[in-house]
Amino acid sequence: MASETTAGPMPTTTAEAQGLWGYSRAQFVALLILIAALIAGPFFLYPVFLMKLLCFALFACAFNLLIGYVGLLSFGHAAYFGMGGYIAGYTAKAWGFTPEVAVITGALVAGLQGWVFGWIAIRRQGIYFAMITLAMAQMVYFVCVQAPFTGGEDGIQAIPRGRLFGIIDLGPDMNMYWFVAAVFLLGFVMVHRVIHSPYGQVLKAIRENEPRATSLGYRTDDYKLVAFILSATLAGVAGGVKSLVFGIATLTDVHWSMSGEVVLMTLVGGLGTVFGPMVGAAVIVTMQNYLAEMGAWVTVIQGAIFVAVVLAFRRGLVGEIANLLKVKL
Amino acid sequence: MLEFLETITGVPTPLLFGQLLLGLINGAFYAMLSLGLAVIFGLLNIINFTHGAQFMMGAFVAWMLLAWAGIGYWGALILAPLIVGATGVVIERLMISRLYKLDHLYGLLLTFGIGLMIEGVFRNEFGSSGLPYRIPAELSGAWDLGFMFMPIYRGWVVVFSLVICLATWLVIEKTRLGAYLRAATENAPLVQAFGVNVPRMITLTYGAGVALAALAGVLAAPIYSVNPQMGTNLIIVVFAVVVIGGMGSILGSVITGFGLGVVEGLTKVYWPEASATVIFVIMAIVLLTRPAGLFGRA
Amino acid sequence: MDFNRRSLLAAGSAATIAPLSRARAQGQAIRIGVLTDMSGPYRDTTGPGSVVMTQAAGAEMANRGFTVEVLSADHQNRPDVGANLARQWYDQGVDAIVDVPTSSVALAVNQIAREKNKVFLNSGAATSDLTGAQCSPNTVHWTYDTWMLAKGTGGAIVRTGGDSWFFITADYAFGHALERDTATFVRQAGGQVMGQVRYPFPATTDFSSFVVQAQASRAKVLGMANASTDTVNTIKAAREFGLHRSMKLAALLMGVMDIHALGLESAQGLLLTESFYWDLNDRTRALTQRTRAANQNRPPAMVPAGCYGATLHYLKAVADMGAAAAKADGRAAVARMKAMPTDDDAFGPGRIREDGRKIHPVFLFEVKSPAESRAPYDYYKVAATTPAEDAFRPMNEGGCSLVRS
Repeated sequence: MASETTAGPMPTTTAEAQGLWGYSRAQFVALLILIAALIAGPFFLYPVFLMKLLCFALFACAFNLLIGYVGLLSFGHAAYFGMGGYIAGYTAKAWGFTPEVAVITGALVAGLQGWVFGWIAIRRQGIYFAMITLAMAQMVYFVCVQAPFTGGEDGIQAIPRGRLFGIIDLGPDMNMYWFVAAVFLLGFVMVHRVIHSPYGQVLKAIRENEPRATSLGYRTDDYKLVAFILSATLAGVAGGVKSLVFGIATLTDVHWSMSGEVVLMTLVGGLGTVFGPMVGAAVIVTMQNYLAEMGAWVTVIQGAIFVAVVLAFRRGLVGEIANLLKVKL
Repeated sequence: MLEFLETITGVPTPLLFGQLLLGLINGAFYAMLSLGLAVIFGLLNIINFTHGAQFMMGAFVAWMLLAWAGIGYWGALILAPLIVGATGVVIERLMISRLYKLDHLYGLLLTFGIGLMIEGVFRNEFGSSGLPYRIPAELSGAWDLGFMFMPIYRGWVVVFSLVICLATWLVIEKTRLGAYLRAATENAPLVQAFGVNVPRMITLTYGAGVALAALAGVLAAPIYSVNPQMGTNLIIVVFAVVVIGGMGSILGSVITGFGLGVVEGLTKVYWPEASATVIFVIMAIVLLTRPAGLFGRA
Repeated sequence: MDFNRRSLLAAGSAATIAPLSRARAQGQAIRIGVLTDMSGPYRDTTGPGSVVMTQAAGAEMANRGFTVEVLSADHQNRPDVGANLARQWYDQGVDAIVDVPTSSVALAVNQIAREKNKVFLNSGAATSDLTGAQCSPNTVHWTYDTWMLAKGTGGAIVRTGGDSWFFITADYAFGHALERDTATFVRQAGGQVMGQVRYPFPATTDFSSFVVQAQASRAKVLGMANASTDTVNTIKAAREFGLHRSMKLAALLMGVMDIHALGLESAQGLLLTESFYWDLNDRTRALTQRTRAANQNRPPAMVPAGCYGATLHYLKAVADMGAAAAKADGRAAVARMKAMPTDDDAFGPGRIREDGRKIHPVFLFEVKSPAESRAPYDYYKVAATTPAEDAFRPMNEGGCSLVRS
């Protein structure tokens, strides 16, 4: 979102770059709150619900890496999320992979897919980029409907959670929860590390002014492609973990409406903020749960939120709060 | 000659001709929808994600006119685009117009949200299994073309949409209004300085693009199930058509629409399982060789 | 929507995320959750209708020493949402979940019911895996399945003279299964399959090309191995191209609400299979009369009728064994259901087999012409009946582990 200055994150100054492990003071406090919430959460809320929330939060963080820091709007991220889920589920069920190996396999396949699709899509920018990613995700959907290993509309059912490293039984919800929380935190911190590395600085330079970055000698397409692959891989991790949590991998996760949902989560939380995608995911997942008895109004309400955020709160929840507190979150 | 064709294609010639024709009819829908998208994109620089929902609204308004006001197909052909176009004008005035100074991606997200809302409201109101709409008596029946049985209505669809596409092209390329429009696309402040009311022109252009989608919806109502999700599957294919054609020229989007309809039609004969994927494969190939699309400017 | 205030409030509290509490044993309430599609493609054939019919069954079984509370929620056709709701419901004291259209969601709930030892009464899903490879001692599959649809349509039509077939098939597991099973019955009955075309699902809007290919095959029957909108679009194209003059159209999965949407003008002469029709006999008509007001003045469709029958029979079993025992052990409740013969106004007398399959007669219907139809929803005439014992897949062919060979 290059030309929109109010919605994007505030420019990084050297003062802000200081602080603990690349986090500003406010971010560090928020990170501590997050860790505390992760530990305390399952004692107050339904663990399966929390796990679902964390999976989507990780998915949204992966998506935010592209739109928030490279300015690329991918409208087909469900393809990587869903494929990660299918591969992890299939390998865990049919080949008896342990959970961590299954998730990694799913992530690698999603990353590979991201490589191919990214390579084609980064040839165009802006709106074209969004449409191309959407079209290619649609192709993946067709493949998943028809491929024998996905089980068609029945999906892959009864995926075992298995034993972590072959030792810890993930069957009980609390064991699974700690695994999911650890994966989420790892992914979350990794995204932050990437953004604050020299590589991340180049990405921001590309977002702000691509011709200038090119003239400085950066091969911008390579940078974009690597970001795309990273984002796809992480989305694959989120999808893989989700399929283990629920024991199912189905077409919903590769459908284009899932791509729309992750955009909505990130938008609601705040594009290009560190904590925004997570907050957005929490809002949307909670809403889906509470609105289950509202029937057909769910789509209408989701659409209305899209419209309201775009028209009135382009910074998103976290962006608005950060703006109010005059800190960076 | 015909035997020769049959030998090389492996499909009886009459069947092949028939399938080519059917492809052309599908292409008519692609052409009209991608034309509407191209017109809107040209002036507003927005990909109208609501297009599928507006196509659906066209079909529904035709149904409502018949069921509630007793106005038949021919009336709907004129009224439905006007009504849906008017809702487009309202949407543009109230919402889209606030986004012109921002990144174009916000326009995409906004129209996506509006599309979700419209679809949800229609599903709430009319259920999901669809509504019946009949082919008008004047156009029912079929011609025997010798090589196939050709429903008159399908012929009408092709001819009518060709006329509409051509008319749109003529208006934009050959009239004074079209000249303003093209000029405003290049440099809006300058055109405004000449005393043309550019904001109003933008509003009306959006309305016109939406009306085109609605018109396609009315054309589709008698032959496809009229249901809230009828536009969703179609619109993603149309996006691919638009990427392949490139949004540079109006004529380009029309030619690409018809052409891809034919390609898809042929795939339905030789490899039906792949008939949905073929357009996306073509899209990937075009992007690799001509990133700006077949008719686009780089 | 037809929720009364009480059920809406109850559903709201059930869908909340915290805090968890076991159901308090106050006067033994049997809680039944209708998990269905309120917002997607199956809304008209399941959805609000299923809730109304489940409530009707609950009302009929009132004052048997326990109260019946019916909750409802929309699974949005998403297995994760459905699985999440099912887990929470079961954990918060819901004893039985009813309906659950969409195979992927149904199979997920099937696992959870077994894990939590609760009851799952499926009416809305088509997959015959529920009583086959994935069968469970906690599940009853009441209304229909793909095997039964194939048998009811394929075998019966050949016997009435439609002995050569062409299939238009949705290219995914459901379509393949329908086509394969139907083709088997067609061949068994002495018919032949002239060809088939598989189209991409769900990306196909225009079926004219496939209809023309079917026409060229010169088969007598067109089998449509697809569902909902796709079937409607296929039929519309078939009529437009005059296919109905040379071929019989057989829809492998279609219901009375789809016919309503299509209109008799297009649908007349169509053959389809269902296990329930409101105008079948005096009992079904009486049931329709009783529920008409709550049902937005429409007759019940097949799946809601199945919700009614399944819930009624479950509550009879609860009354028989005592509410406390039924609440404590879902497996025992289902075992009791299997032990008792069934009898209700929708399906008449019948029984539930060891593998969880409810069996009843299955009907091949022919859709009336506009002239023959005298009232709204007066759509079908019976073309053939398959007796209950022949209508469903024999237990030894399903691969269900509950069946002792």
